[in-house]
Amino acid sequence: MKFRTFAAFVGPSLLLMFLFIAAPLASVLWQSFHITKPVFETVSVETCTPGFPSQICTTEERTIPQLEDGKVVTRTDYVGWQSYRNVLEPDRAAAAIERGSWSDLMTIDFWKALRFTLTFTLITLPLAIGLGLLIALAVNNALKQVRGPVIFVSLLPFIITPVIGALSIKWLFIGDGIMTAMLERWLQQDIAMFAQGWTIEILMLFYRVWHVAPFAFVIFYAGLQSVNQDTLESAIIDGASRFERLRYVIVPHLMPLIVFVSMIHLMDAYRCFEEVIGFSSQAHRISLQFLTFDLMTPDDSGNRSISRASASAMLTMIGIALLLIPLVRKTWRDHKGSSA
Amino acid sequence: MSTPRALRQSLGLRLTSAGFLIFWCLLAAFPIFWIAVMSFKSPVDAFAANPLDVMIGPETKAKGHGLSIPDIIVLLGAIYMVWRVSAKGLPRLIAANAPEGWKWLWWIGGVIAIGLGVVIGFATIPPVMAGVNGALGALGEPLLGLTTEHYRAVWVDNEFYRNFLNSLLITVGVVTISLTVGTLAGYGLARSGSNLAFWLLIIALIFRALPHSVLVAGYLPWFINSAEILEPIMGESAPTLYGQPIAVIAVLVSINQPFTIWMLRSFFQNIPAELDEAARVDGCSHFEAFRRVIMPVMWPGVITTGLFSFLLAYNDFLVCALLLDAQNQTMVPAITGYFNRETTTTDQVEAVAAAVSIIAPLFLLVMVFQKQIVSGLTAGAVKG
Repeated sequence: MKFRTFAAFVGPSLLLMFLFIAAPLASVLWQSFHITKPVFETVSVETCTPGFPSQICTTEERTIPQLEDGKVVTRTDYVGWQSYRNVLEPDRAAAAIERGSWSDLMTIDFWKALRFTLTFTLITLPLAIGLGLLIALAVNNALKQVRGPVIFVSLLPFIITPVIGALSIKWLFIGDGIMTAMLERWLQQDIAMFAQGWTIEILMLFYRVWHVAPFAFVIFYAGLQSVNQDTLESAIIDGASRFERLRYVIVPHLMPLIVFVSMIHLMDAYRCFEEVIGFSSQAHRISLQFLTFDLMTPDDSGNRSISRASASAMLTMIGIALLLIPLVRKTWRDHKGSSA
Repeated sequence: MSTPRALRQSLGLRLTSAGFLIFWCLLAAFPIFWIAVMSFKSPVDAFAANPLDVMIGPETKAKGHGLSIPDIIVLLGAIYMVWRVSAKGLPRLIAANAPEGWKWLWWIGGVIAIGLGVVIGFATIPPVMAGVNGALGALGEPLLGLTTEHYRAVWVDNEFYRNFLNSLLITVGVVTISLTVGTLAGYGLARSGSNLAFWLLIIALIFRALPHSVLVAGYLPWFINSAEILEPIMGESAPTLYGQPIAVIAVLVSINQPFTIWMLRSFFQNIPAELDEAARVDGCSHFEAFRRVIMPVMWPGVITTGLFSFLLAYNDFLVCALLLDAQNQTMVPAITGYFNRETTTTDQVEAVAAAVSIIAPLFLLVMVFQKQIVSGLTAGAVKG
């Protein structure tokens, strides 16, 4: 294919990706070092109230936003690392670490979000992979006739809107919802699932595993169809038990798929966001992406802290970059291997 | 064909495996099934601590809303019919009747027809059944409490259909544009073995991993001030992009591009290159070859990719919540308005009803397109 034809085919897609992905990234980087603020001016205002014998006049200095053609004048300044400092709060964090007080460190939004996002990602990873593998093995073991309906039911948690998936689990536990009532009867004590952070966190972890396991299941199930039967039979002849066959034949066969699902899961779980909305957990648990979202939402006076949001976005990106380096290196090696 | 004896499993193992499968199916379906049940009950029943009360709904029944035995039979029959038609009937109909190259249109038309059928049934069957129940006397007495008042409140009183129309506009826009742009790019990338194509794919992979909030942070200031920025170029008619559905469509299409081109590329790689080479030998240009030879055979891949584009646009919360006005939202962000209000239990059940309304179309989609979804998920993985 000639370069010009190639460019014509790929051009529109590249243009879109450049305009709406690459350019905004550059913009975010720039914004994180600049702050746009309205320009204030100090004016002295004389207010007079009627009095006797003469009016009483007071002069006071007021700071008001400068107007031009009825619009607030704004100025953009370079502020260096200021926004990053506002997000990271290094002084408070250092003080908290010096005192060895974990709970003090967790009062700073960024560190709280980082802690949650990392544990969330790492705990859900093995659970989702394990559950997906178990379902795949069980479906593979089941009768042909039931496989279709089982796959249909299994796809539901994966396909439904994430916010609503989270809500549907929340509604089972909210107040005296049936699951809470059941737990209370079983444990003989009063339970409020949404009054403290760790119970919400368990529900959030549960939701994510519930949501991702079907994806892992479908991929592994497809992989199971191509397991080499001859190898399995020779393993049996060699006297391998069922568990050993799983451990030494099936899992190695699925290994590339397990790596693939893990990579996708790490990327997606690190971007965790919908759980916070669905479970309304912002008072107790926030994720990195939610932190950026929250800074961008207008506050009570209608201001969006774009600069701080950009700084927090750039900090989130560091984690993504760390995740991606091994992936890109592996793809590059595969590419070189296949073209050589 | 019998399995070799050594591969046969013990009874215990088979029972454990089947038991686990049943457990998983319950776990997967239960929350969704439960909110569907809740949405049809009066608030007291919906949030009752006893599961039986939620199922049977005594309070709802006491208010005179309920299902009699004939109602239940008709309802189960209707559910079975929808399942039958979407999982079996529609694929068979299309395989038998649809002309080659137009199957995709039949699929879309079929889904819309089933969806409309369900909505019309939802609106017309209850009055008819009310008449039937009246005529039957004792047999027509309500047995299960059930009310559709929350759906009426959500869709009619709260004008949820506005949010629905917004969602519709955005999803249709995203799916059509991202498929048009994506098929061209996917074809180009699949047929070019150059290093450049490889690097473009790697960059797309990196873009796929970016958190959406990072990108939105990049758009927000530009979109809010776009009228001033574009004024020198476009004059007085320069639009403020913030709050415009068209801007959200452009953003979602772009966010979705990396995934779309990866997926379509792997589908195009499965179409033998000899096919377009033959067309080229016969004197077609690359574009003619694409239009005459590739387009007729690419529909399975396009439908699958379109499904995933649809899901992304339909399920999106973050982009729509930040780039659209609160008054002009799509369905998913609009629902937060309900559960943040949540002052009364009626509000809560209305939120549940809105949530069920949002996922109902997805349910239909999985029924019809189960095969395509599975093939789409595996296409990316097995190819690497």
